[in-house]
Amino acid sequence: MNVIMILYYLITAFIVVMVGWNFIREKKSVNDMILYLLVLIPLVLRLLRVK
Amino acid sequence: MISREWTVKSALLAIAAVLMILGGVPLYKHRHSQVPIVAGPGVTKVIKLSQFGPGLKGSPADTDVFVLEGKEPGGKVLIMSNTHANEPAGLLATLIMVENAVVEKGTLYVIPEFNASAGRNTKPGDGYPLYFDIPTEWGAKRFRMGNRDASPLEQWPDPDVYIHYPDKQLFSFLDVRNTNRTWPGRADGPLMERVTFAAMEMMRRDKIDIAIDMHGAETMFPVTNCIVAPQKSAKIATLVSMNVKAMEGFDNHVEPSPGNFRGLSHREIGDFSETLPFLLEAPIPFLDQPTGPKTVKLLLDGKDPFLLSLAKKKKLFVPYDESGWPMDKRVGQHCSVTLEIIRQYSKKNPDTAIKVAGIPRYGDLVKTGVGHYFHDPAKAEIKSIYYE
Repeated sequence: MNVIMILYYLITAFIVVMVGWNFIREKKSVNDMILYLLVLIPLVLRLLRVK
Repeated sequence: MISREWTVKSALLAIAAVLMILGGVPLYKHRHSQVPIVAGPGVTKVIKLSQFGPGLKGSPADTDVFVLEGKEPGGKVLIMSNTHANEPAGLLATLIMVENAVVEKGTLYVIPEFNASAGRNTKPGDGYPLYFDIPTEWGAKRFRMGNRDASPLEQWPDPDVYIHYPDKQLFSFLDVRNTNRTWPGRADGPLMERVTFAAMEMMRRDKIDIAIDMHGAETMFPVTNCIVAPQKSAKIATLVSMNVKAMEGFDNHVEPSPGNFRGLSHREIGDFSETLPFLLEAPIPFLDQPTGPKTVKLLLDGKDPFLLSLAKKKKLFVPYDESGWPMDKRVGQHCSVTLEIIRQYSKKNPDTAIKVAGIPRYGDLVKTGVGHYFHDPAKAEIKSIYYE
């Protein structure tokens, strides 16, 4: 795994944390909660090196 | 007391987790599943491609090279398949060779999974099946269905544009993971360039005479059902084309390798080594765009009503009728054309002739089916089993 690839994994992890934090902070809109989770799925699958 | 907010969030998280598990587990299993190969009596050693390109060592792109040496010295042939892992007729043909071929004179180098990463990649967006089964006399033998390009899990990120080395030709970003655009490669380039570089080094160091790269192409694509050859291989390719038509009854025309289209095996192997390259294209209706669902049945029998309708309007580049374009026929073409290339080369170069026995020809495969030539791993000696 080269340096740029490791950086991309770190960027992905950062975005996962940010989107996760937004999900936790969301109080009312169920639509936004669903949206955050849908965005998270492919990013988590990439972090887990599944797809 | 749990608030309504957290009740909703917990329910949504549970649904997301279920979706992730349902979607992710089959992909994880596909990526980690193994196909057993029973090395036949002709295999004298199995080496790693990284032996010729240290940059590959320990990476998921490293792959097995089955070496079949004859008792007599002679010429050397390299046969590659799964350069594009969604064109599996080549893979089946090379595995038949590994399991059955016996070399009497010269040496065969067989790389069944040239792009090992692409063989563990999928194309769920196009609804590709994850596996396909080939019926044999001892049960179904299961293979992974791969993708055209290496997995981004091995090589990421993609550039905006892939700049080919050394010609600086511009390709689609995807082609940086396509091992039929990354020839001749670099020792320290992106991972797929390191794969092609190692293969080039093998050809240069071991003085390989012939390289055969097995592919499949859409019936609506003009470069299909053919042998692609540069000028230096054209004479042999023409003789092969005429002979398979006359002796075995199938068409396989010759396409010239374009001088200005870089990165392809039939171009760069010829330009960067003494080896004579040939790229074989067998039709694969599964890859055509205007077909019905991308099912295992379509992959294996090549029958599709939409293609049939297009054939009647003369929109296809191959003959096409109700019989489709079955896998047995495609694998048979690859085997016969390979044997004929070896025969024609040996006739022209008696000092470095190659003699191979045990590989079935087109007629045999159409008659008995591909599965007839695969051996049962349960009955084979453990030391002869390799996993791809």
